[in-house]
Amino acid sequence: MMEDRRSDAYPLARRDVARQIIHGQDDLLVIAGLGSTAWDVTAAGDRDLNFPLWGAMGGAAAMGLGLALAQPERRVLVITGDGETLMGMGALATVALAAPANLSIAVIDNERYGETGMQITHTAGKTDLAAVAAACGIPVTGVVRDQAGLDAALPVILEATGPVFHVIKVRAEKLDFMLPSKDGVLLKNRFRRALLGPQAII
Amino acid sequence: MIWWQDILSAFKASGVAMVAYVPDAGHSALIAACVADKDIRAVPLTTEEEGIALLAGAWLGGLGGALLMQSSGLGNCINMLSLAATCRFLLPLFVTMRGQWHEFNPWQFPMGQTAQHQMNTAGVETMTAAAAEDVGPMAAATLDMAYSGGGMAALLLHQKLSPVKTFDQGDGR
Repeated sequence: MMEDRRSDAYPLARRDVARQIIHGQDDLLVIAGLGSTAWDVTAAGDRDLNFPLWGAMGGAAAMGLGLALAQPERRVLVITGDGETLMGMGALATVALAAPANLSIAVIDNERYGETGMQITHTAGKTDLAAVAAACGIPVTGVVRDQAGLDAALPVILEATGPVFHVIKVRAEKLDFMLPSKDGVLLKNRFRRALLGPQAII
Repeated sequence: MIWWQDILSAFKASGVAMVAYVPDAGHSALIAACVADKDIRAVPLTTEEEGIALLAGAWLGGLGGALLMQSSGLGNCINMLSLAATCRFLLPLFVTMRGQWHEFNPWQFPMGQTAQHQMNTAGVETMTAAAAEDVGPMAAATLDMAYSGGGMAALLLHQKLSPVKTFDQGDGR
């Protein structure tokens, strides 16, 4: 089978994209999908208000939705991969119907399954996840392909009335692991303590 | 009192503020009541596994919820239960059972007959209410095991409690 290798030449680099979105956003609540995006947000700076997933593939958007509905005054960012999003596409319809104004989903799309050997995903020249999100009824959607596009998208991702869904095309590259804790209870408790105070982890 | 009202009362007593669901005949009255309740955010899902992740996110944000499903829906949840198991997210489940009592659809047998075993294997504590008067106390106990015990707990609502469903068109089939 011919493999589509276009994403090897995409100009944006995933670690730099994650850093540009999160850097300086101290109040941002972040859910990171398993695999590369969990390493990306950790490389941008491990923080208590990050919840990096190590499993639960397909669950990041729904988890962000629950957090956004529970914390309507806070901005919630789901940063996840194309493979993770493909596994739970129904959640985009659920997000659209619930319509949280404070939720942004950023799909770091390298058109690859990074943790399993860089096999191509359905987004490599075929599936347009931003179009899927728009068709599901998510009101603000876009595709970012270069730095100028990212510059324009950043205020939308961080501030626009949502739900917001952006696909950010990044080059396919294997990078060093930047591992957060894999202790789920620790990740949960540090997030809740930072957000809700010490009484939240009794 | 009708049994579903006892579940709603238990929700109110435990401060359940989010109820996630896939539409279901057995839960239809409870779902409608949750949708109408100003203190409960009712969230319709496309598949039950979304509810596991949704409630995990809600709990991260300080809000407790419950997930309603049919026994077949449990089959859609197995891997996502690892999120609640590994991170010890509080997860009360209310499961209307199929495939166990005057079931007309054999496609409901596999999940109906194995849902409880599969939940236990996945680390979910279970109890079954087969009589209407047991539903209220068991709903309260299930919520308490999730919220106070800090884990996954399910109340299985026996198919006896739901109206018998048929596709009988009156011609004796």
